[in-house]
Amino acid sequence: MSLWEYANPVKFLGLSERVMPWLWGFAAACLGVGLIWGFFFTPDDFRQGSTVKIIYLHVPAAFMAIQAWFMMLVVSLIWIIRRHHVSALAAKAAAPVGVVMTLIALVTGAIWGQPMWGTWWAWDPRLTSFLILFLFYLGYIALWEAIEDPDTAADLTSILCLVGTVFAVLSRYAVNFWNQGLHQGASLSLDKEENVADVFYIPLLVCMAGFVLLFLALVFYRTGTEIRVRRTRALIAREGRGAAAQVEGA
Amino acid sequence: MRALFLRDLVLALRAGGGFGLGLAFFLIVVVLVPFSVGPSSELLGRIAPGVLWLGALLACLLSLDRLLAVDWEDGALDLLATSPLPLEGVIAVKAAAHWVTTGLPLVLAAPVLGVLLNLAPQGYGVLVLSLALGTPALSMIGAFGAALTVGIKRGGLLMSLLVLPLYVPTLIFGAEAARRAAEGQDPATPLLFLAGITAGVLACMPFAAGAVLRVNLR
Amino acid sequence: MIPDLGKYADAVLSAYAVSIALLVGIVALSLWRGRRVRAQMVEAEKRAGRNG
Repeated sequence: MSLWEYANPVKFLGLSERVMPWLWGFAAACLGVGLIWGFFFTPDDFRQGSTVKIIYLHVPAAFMAIQAWFMMLVVSLIWIIRRHHVSALAAKAAAPVGVVMTLIALVTGAIWGQPMWGTWWAWDPRLTSFLILFLFYLGYIALWEAIEDPDTAADLTSILCLVGTVFAVLSRYAVNFWNQGLHQGASLSLDKEENVADVFYIPLLVCMAGFVLLFLALVFYRTGTEIRVRRTRALIAREGRGAAAQVEGA
Repeated sequence: MRALFLRDLVLALRAGGGFGLGLAFFLIVVVLVPFSVGPSSELLGRIAPGVLWLGALLACLLSLDRLLAVDWEDGALDLLATSPLPLEGVIAVKAAAHWVTTGLPLVLAAPVLGVLLNLAPQGYGVLVLSLALGTPALSMIGAFGAALTVGIKRGGLLMSLLVLPLYVPTLIFGAEAARRAAEGQDPATPLLFLAGITAGVLACMPFAAGAVLRVNLR
Repeated sequence: MIPDLGKYADAVLSAYAVSIALLVGIVALSLWRGRRVRAQMVEAEKRAGRNG
């Protein structure tokens, strides 16, 4: 019994059928509890007023935007090294979810920044790196869409993902060097001193869990969809060949 | 290897695409800038390093889709793949030829265009130096992008989308060095970063580009 | 029911609205495409079973 067993599409689909109801359920529960708790039952911050409630969307989305890319990097590596189709399809499935997370982080950030910093957008390092990450996601998806042969597409996109990761990290530091920011430091870190206060912290953790679970559920579901697309395509191709053979036979 | 380099150079020269087009594009971008932001020489002088860098970057991008596409269409790339020269070498040589036909003229033309944009006198040396350090990386990254999209019809637009985000670090450090020098500050730190990125790109990117090209030729 | 959001009510509400809309959007899109693909596959399988 090893993890690689689930590289078999049938096994993977079986696993995801069993796991997905739980994932969807817990994701909905965590998001529901976390967002309602955060929205209705937390106090306003004494400086930021009620805008602090945006944190329950902004921080988890930003976190997931980065984690989604990281997950794509890992499954791309698995595809390059072990050539399991499921992992390549999982990378394809995760990218649009990552885009949505990046978009949420950018939009909520802009809406939050307007009253707090007096501007929708500033060329702050964190904001800028997210915009660059967004561009990387777009390029990655566009490459998937542009190539017809699925294996070629999987190979090219996974190499793009590796190279993109290097350059995304480089850009992160380059941008840091280039401009000083308005954005505060990490809101969540192991260093207790820097953390947000406990009242905000616990609902925030619940929301983070909700976003993680929602991401997993979506990736499982979308990977399943991609596997079925593959299978349908193979069936239709075989059908075409069968029809051709019949014609020749007659 | 040398033969391939010379062949690419000669082809680029004969077709007139490399030298002429890239330079003309660079010139036009620089000429259009004052029309769009106004003729104030103080403002132009302030944005000159950035504009020159951006213009050079776009001019570099412009000629990239011809880098591999021609050889792909007439089958020369398949021949090169079967030759003893590894594909990593092929792509590195092609990037070098692209740099000589596009990057180098841009580097040499930049100070002339700097005059048009009223660049501060102390900025010229570092501007040329930063472009000379940065454009090889632009060519090599571009070769990677060209290798990624070589099999796609009308892949030019897609290639821009893929390549431009990869240009960000080079652009930031290059333009920062040129800007600092023009404002009389010390440009050493960004220049070192820029040189580091270029060295890293030149060392690693041929392998990524070669792998991509091998996939596309499969 | 809605807590007093003070002068930042617009910002908070629009942030929630946009984010929830985006999340619902991606979920709905995934489910819609998943359904369609599954139906197509079942149909293709049926045909494959009939023909041989």
